[in-house]
Amino acid sequence: MAEPGKKPKKEKIPKQPMPEQEPAVRARNFDEVPFGLSQEAAMKEAERCLQCKKPLCITDCPVEVDIPGFVKLIAEGKFAESIRKIWETNALPAVCGRVCPQEIQCEGKCIVGKKDDPVAVGNLERFVADYERMYGKGELPPKAESTGKKVAVVGSGPAGLTVAGDLILKGHEVTIFEAFHKPGGVLVYGIPEFRLPKEIVFSEVNFLERLGVKLVRNAVVGRIVTVDELFEEGFDAVFVGVGAGLPTFLRIPGENLISVFSANEYLTRTNLMKAYLFPEYDTPIVRGKKVITLGAGNVAMDSARTAIRLGAEKSLIVYRRSRTEVPARGAEVHHAEEEGVEFYFLTAPMKFIGDENGRLIGMEGLKMELGEPDDSGRRRPVPIEGSEFELECDLAIIAVGAGANPLLAKTTEGLNLNKWGYIVAEPETGKTSKQGVWAGGDIVTGSATVILAMGAGREAANSIHKYLTLGW
Amino acid sequence: MFKILVKQELAPNIHLVKIAASGIAKKAQPGQFVIIILDEKGEKIPLTIADWDRKEGSITIVFMEVGTTTHRFATLNAGDSIESVVGPLGIPAHIDKIGTLACVGGCYGIAAIMPIARAMKEAGNKVITIIEARSKYLLYWEDELRKVSDQFLVTTGDGSHAPQGWISDRINQIVDEGDKIDLVFAIGCTYMMKTCSEATKPLGIKTIVHLNSIMVDGTGMCGCCRVSVGGTTKFACVDGPEFDGHQVDWDILLTRQKGYQDEEIRSLHEWESKNWRRIN
Ligand SMILES: Cc1cc2nc3c(=O)[nH]c(=O)nc-3n(C[C@H](O)[C@H](O)[C@H](O)COP(=O)(O)OP(=O)(O)OC[C@H]3O[C@@H](n4cnc5c(N)ncnc54)[C@H](O)[C@@H]3O)c2cc1C
Ligand SMILES: Cc1cc2nc3c(=O)[nH]c(=O)nc-3n(C[C@H](O)[C@H](O)[C@H](O)COP(=O)(O)OP(=O)(O)OC[C@H]3O[C@@H](n4cnc5c(N)ncnc54)[C@H](O)[C@@H]3O)c2cc1C
Ligand code: SF4
Ligand code: SF4
Ligand code: FES
Repeated sequence: MAEPGKKPKKEKIPKQPMPEQEPAVRARNFDEVPFGLSQEAAMKEAERCLQCKKPLCITDCPVEVDIPGFVKLIAEGKFAESIRKIWETNALPAVCGRVCPQEIQCEGKCIVGKKDDPVAVGNLERFVADYERMYGKGELPPKAESTGKKVAVVGSGPAGLTVAGDLILKGHEVTIFEAFHKPGGVLVYGIPEFRLPKEIVFSEVNFLERLGVKLVRNAVVGRIVTVDELFEEGFDAVFVGVGAGLPTFLRIPGENLISVFSANEYLTRTNLMKAYLFPEYDTPIVRGKKVITLGAGNVAMDSARTAIRLGAEKSLIVYRRSRTEVPARGAEVHHAEEEGVEFYFLTAPMKFIGDENGRLIGMEGLKMELGEPDDSGRRRPVPIEGSEFELECDLAIIAVGAGANPLLAKTTEGLNLNKWGYIVAEPETGKTSKQGVWAGGDIVTGSATVILAMGAGREAANSIHKYLTLGW
Repeated sequence: MFKILVKQELAPNIHLVKIAASGIAKKAQPGQFVIIILDEKGEKIPLTIADWDRKEGSITIVFMEVGTTTHRFATLNAGDSIESVVGPLGIPAHIDKIGTLACVGGCYGIAAIMPIARAMKEAGNKVITIIEARSKYLLYWEDELRKVSDQFLVTTGDGSHAPQGWISDRINQIVDEGDKIDLVFAIGCTYMMKTCSEATKPLGIKTIVHLNSIMVDGTGMCGCCRVSVGGTTKFACVDGPEFDGHQVDWDILLTRQKGYQDEEIRSLHEWESKNWRRIN
């Protein structure tokens, strides 16, 4: 146990390891992989922070969490104060601590990381948030006096939840409309239980409901009600946070065979509909023995690791580019490899092969080599002629990105879209081309991250508040 | 939760359920569907909106018992509630004055075709409604359909309600007798829609079918419902469910519908073995 009063010399406290389930064990269950830091370990880890005068870590956190501030409070054992410090800028720390790409954000800039492992900001953020959820008194923050204004939030992903939380505290009436029967967006239907327990998301939503946010589930805006009708019903402002939510397919032969899935379908069936508990739960899922996942982002890691948990003997990630370009969080790639996921780099899918019953039995791939850098600065993969080869598989999951779901935009007049169908919104405020309508999160930026969606939600909430009190 | 207001068995294994869902009732259009979940452990399944009452705030669906979800649904009664009803989904049927059209339905489609026939008649068309069943005892809603049709025909596979034959036979007969059909609307089992489309193609009658691919979200998010129409991939839930029957790749649809056959059989077996008391 660290003694708060007596400061040890800063030199050498090693990074406190995060205890986690053994790979062989966790590869067969859906329980969360890391157990979380103990109180002692968290306080010790917090001691490693140098309390920089000009903390670089903050500059790369999209919502500028006061990192030295909350870390110091942990070192002092003041957990309740610490979480309140984080809440000033981040409404979902239990989520961010688990899913932020810390290595390219806060931790990537941490000064301790120059010579040693950086301070485990994510693990600490997760620790205080979990501590509060388990032992906190659950008291509600003070709410401003009612303004009598009504705001509709479309979509209950991280962007929508942030807008709702901010505006309810500012005294507005907030109603969230969610297409699914459960709130949380990608946090619930996409990211698996073993990485982000759903109970955490629901407890965050429950907190908003206790603050007075109304949640209308099963409501697809654009179908049951349009944005214009929301105004007619008396809403003064509308925030659109509907996410990306359009699966990208590869447009290669054989894509409609049985057992070829979009990651969205595969993960929605498994996570939201709990197909991993079939037949106790009614939703079925294909349990492949030899599984190929195409793509190498977080979505691909989640798919390949889910396949292992559903009994795959072989789970392969096939990626067009090389290891250095893998966009997934470092921790996910590491966990995936530990669990036995194999990687085929510089390989492009050419076609899926089926049997006489229309079931997938293999995939044809083509080897690539790295050529000149492309627009994104990454070296473009170019095909090696004649290098076609076949891989056996009975399940393929396409996880090569998502596009803008057009459902809401198609039914809303006056909403400007960019050439890819994403909603055009002012970066500083989230204002769209339509008066009274804001947008933020993946539906504006394209698939990004939880913390960026929350950041956009926060900006939009500030702008909506200004509009409701001062005008457009 | 959504409350069941009325529950009725229309024919063996075919049930009508009226559900309180005022928001959906307000917006429902012919040809649209809902996706329901029975309870916490339920699957999402699509069902066509067979009727609605905007004043009462209710929608009516008619479903056939085929697997676990529909069997479980059949055990619920008026007063019970279900977890989720999402809709109205899909693009509404295109209602216009066209001339003479045949609205055809089999299985659950006997009910599902009704709102389209009604709206088409109101739009000033001559509506010939044709329904089919394997046998007479599987027919229902004859009066409801007669009311919204200029001409009403029944056909059964075993001839127990004359004439014997299928919808495709009746269409051929109408055309043989020299009557003109400008458009066919078909809802029902995939096989019926396929044979209908095959029958009308050589006759040059445009045929609209309501595709029933396996769905999850119904909002274009998952791609599970994809079908191949005219050589391009479409999502039945948002690009349809109405498509040109002559352009549909029926083989892909029929194949994909079998994607979970083993799981479905297993699931129904387990459910039945646990619930035989409730069924009998
Ligand atoms: C599998 C997966 C893993 C990921 N892993 C990470 C990670 O590790 N770290 C990270 O930072 N990011 C990760 N991301 C990305 C991150 O989850 C998203 O960037 C983020 O969730 C976007 O938030 P959002 O609020 O914009 O939209 P979403 O989370 O997509 O939520 C949108 C919500 O709107 C609802 N909706 C859509 N249309 C309508 C409508 N018409 N009416 C009503 N409701 C509607 C949807 O049902 C959904 O609930 C991952 C994404 C996926 C898919
Ligand atoms: C747009 C649309 C409208 C429909 N309208 C009606 C209707 O009004 N009345 C009616 O009785 N049926 C309707 N269906 C079919 C209905 O959805 C299926 O019969 C139902 O899902 C079967 O579920 P189950 O669990 O009872 O059977 P299961 O044993 O799970 O499946 C039996 C068969 O039903 C199909 N099916 C299974 N799951 C789904 C799913 N999630 N989505 C679609 N099909 C599935 C498969 O082809 C399967 O082989 C419609 C389907 C679609 C796509
Ligand atoms: S919100 Fe994310 S980036 Fe910011 S400090 Fe927390 S874990 Fe790091
Ligand atoms: S950069 Fe690292 S050491 Fe400095 S304040 Fe941030 S977390 Fe602490
Ligand atoms: S059901 Fe998911 S895209 Fe159509």
